[in-house]
Amino acid sequence: MILPGNTSCQGCPISLAMRCLDEIENPVLVIPAGCSTVVAGLHPNSAMKIPVIHVPFASTNAVACGVKEAYKRAGVKANVIAWIGDGAADIGFATLSASATRKDDIITVVVDNEAYMNTGTQASLSTFWKAKTSTSPAGKADERRDLALIMIAHKADYVATATVGYIEDLRRKFRKASQIEGFRFIQIHCPCPPGWRFPSEKTIEIARKAVMSGAWALFEFYDRKLRFSGIGKKFAEKDNRISLAEYLKAQGRFEHLRDEDILAIEKAIDEEWEILKRFSGE
Amino acid sequence: MWNLQGNVQAESHRNGSRVRKLLTSNEAVAEAVKIAKPDVISAYPITPQSPIVESLAKMIAKGELDASFVRVESEHSAMAVIHGAATAGARVFTATSSHGLAYMFEMCWWIAGSRLPAVMAVATRSIGAPWNIHGDHTDIVQLRDAGWIIGMAENAQEAFDMTLQAFCVSEEVNIPFAVGLDAFTMSHTAEVVEIWEPEIPPRRQAYKVLPSDNFAVNAVTMGKARMKARYDLAVDLENSAKVIEKTDKDFGNHGGLVENYRLDDADFAVVMMGGWCGDAKDAIDMLRQEGFKIGLLRIRFLRPFPKKAVKELGCEVLVVDKANSDLRGVLGIEVSSCGVEAKNVVAGIGGVDVGVEDLCRIFKDFMNGKLEMEWYL
Repeated sequence: MILPGNTSCQGCPISLAMRCLDEIENPVLVIPAGCSTVVAGLHPNSAMKIPVIHVPFASTNAVACGVKEAYKRAGVKANVIAWIGDGAADIGFATLSASATRKDDIITVVVDNEAYMNTGTQASLSTFWKAKTSTSPAGKADERRDLALIMIAHKADYVATATVGYIEDLRRKFRKASQIEGFRFIQIHCPCPPGWRFPSEKTIEIARKAVMSGAWALFEFYDRKLRFSGIGKKFAEKDNRISLAEYLKAQGRFEHLRDEDILAIEKAIDEEWEILKRFSGE
Repeated sequence: MWNLQGNVQAESHRNGSRVRKLLTSNEAVAEAVKIAKPDVISAYPITPQSPIVESLAKMIAKGELDASFVRVESEHSAMAVIHGAATAGARVFTATSSHGLAYMFEMCWWIAGSRLPAVMAVATRSIGAPWNIHGDHTDIVQLRDAGWIIGMAENAQEAFDMTLQAFCVSEEVNIPFAVGLDAFTMSHTAEVVEIWEPEIPPRRQAYKVLPSDNFAVNAVTMGKARMKARYDLAVDLENSAKVIEKTDKDFGNHGGLVENYRLDDADFAVVMMGGWCGDAKDAIDMLRQEGFKIGLLRIRFLRPFPKKAVKELGCEVLVVDKANSDLRGVLGIEVSSCGVEAKNVVAGIGGVDVGVEDLCRIFKDFMNGKLEMEWYL
């Protein structure tokens, strides 16, 4: 799906996620401004072995909807994929919400690296609590937005969170999404070596620590029910988790945290799990 | 009978005759769109455009028109939906006004830069602040640099004819086409319109993206690629004048890029565009009766701009504008850019009423060398 020698950074989680696109039949990618734009290749080259429509930042889900409408009328079979980052999910939030509400027959993939990485690591609405970015140099004071939960509130046909740390789980979710009709949404946790400041060979390790510490929950929502998925089930129980400090201290963006900061983050994470557990009935 | 490059097997009407209907310009546009049979329509409501897409939604609901109507949350998404649909090969239409056009501006650049055929009606309305829902041309003139063909209709008949022509021209030259019609004085004013049902050729476009074609469109460019694309668009936009003129006779014979009204022996020429040209013609008729040799050059297309017709005026020129940039009117700037020295009056901003008497006064002052005001307030 993606050719070697592409322009991604060393240890890039997005290129890992792009490799998994071979689970989806007849894909057509719609990509807005972001890291994925660059990873997909610079004109006149393309790093992708599938068609790519590059579009403006806030427009992705609407363009994908138009592409799908045209295919439907022409009888063309395709899985149109709105492949966005957390930045495009911010600026295109209204567009995403309308697309989900219309039940556009497309797959939306958010490669979430928790900041605007392509423009130099500025904070996004997805940025983790207290993380340092170039626009939150003392640590982000705002909340972290839960995009997947918001998509569940849209009664989407399929919602999943995934991570590049557990590729088999990610592949299964791509496969499942491609077999369902309607509005499908997958948010992939994408630890970014330069943006989060960890060595480029540690992408998988950090991604797994996020899951093991409870900082990233793995779940699926379909048939109106939320289910913890794969290895994520185990870490729904707090007793099974590794310490949050082990996840945070491996990243330069958290180097400024004091013990009380980590406790405050842990409290916020616990509250999110409470909500998820209430949804899941587990 | 008419013929478009042999692509149209024309029948001027299904049963050989034209039907006369009482229609507002909004309704006339909707009737034309129905005849053109678009695949995908997407729009966000805004006064005074809304009746266009409401009519189309009704036609679809009644089964008179087979098209997908995508309801969106903003004009930005309306243009994005038709951008996507056009990329995948669909005939597309949207309509907007004023703030709606401003909100979709980014996507207007993209659809033009992507060389995708598309048709948009713009019921031309003032842009705030302060709030104003009435007519002027401050919205549509903003499109000048984006790489669109921009037509300005004078009445409901022309709005109908130009909308049909728009699909043919846009799909031949791979440039989006905006059809301008004045807010309220046209959009909501009924006139008798002759409806006929030409068969528009099947959708044509330079490229489309299908799942089987592994290529990327609009990836990041370096070096000269972007400039070359911009140059090609500028050249093709310029050359679209020939297609517009060639097809004019098939779509109402309105004169091509311009309409010359009583200009042949004129010592004085007025340059204007849009719905109030009807009033300007009345004013000219009255002044002609008083012995003034005055005529009107009506700009039908702001892009491609009719530079040749403007340069050939060869008499005293006055431009009356419904949009300004600084103190100067936008059309005034366009005319002076052709090397023609012209007086320029800005009037009718935000729907300020400018009637035949007002135009008579302005034209008379101009001809008597007494024109001092730049803004008719």
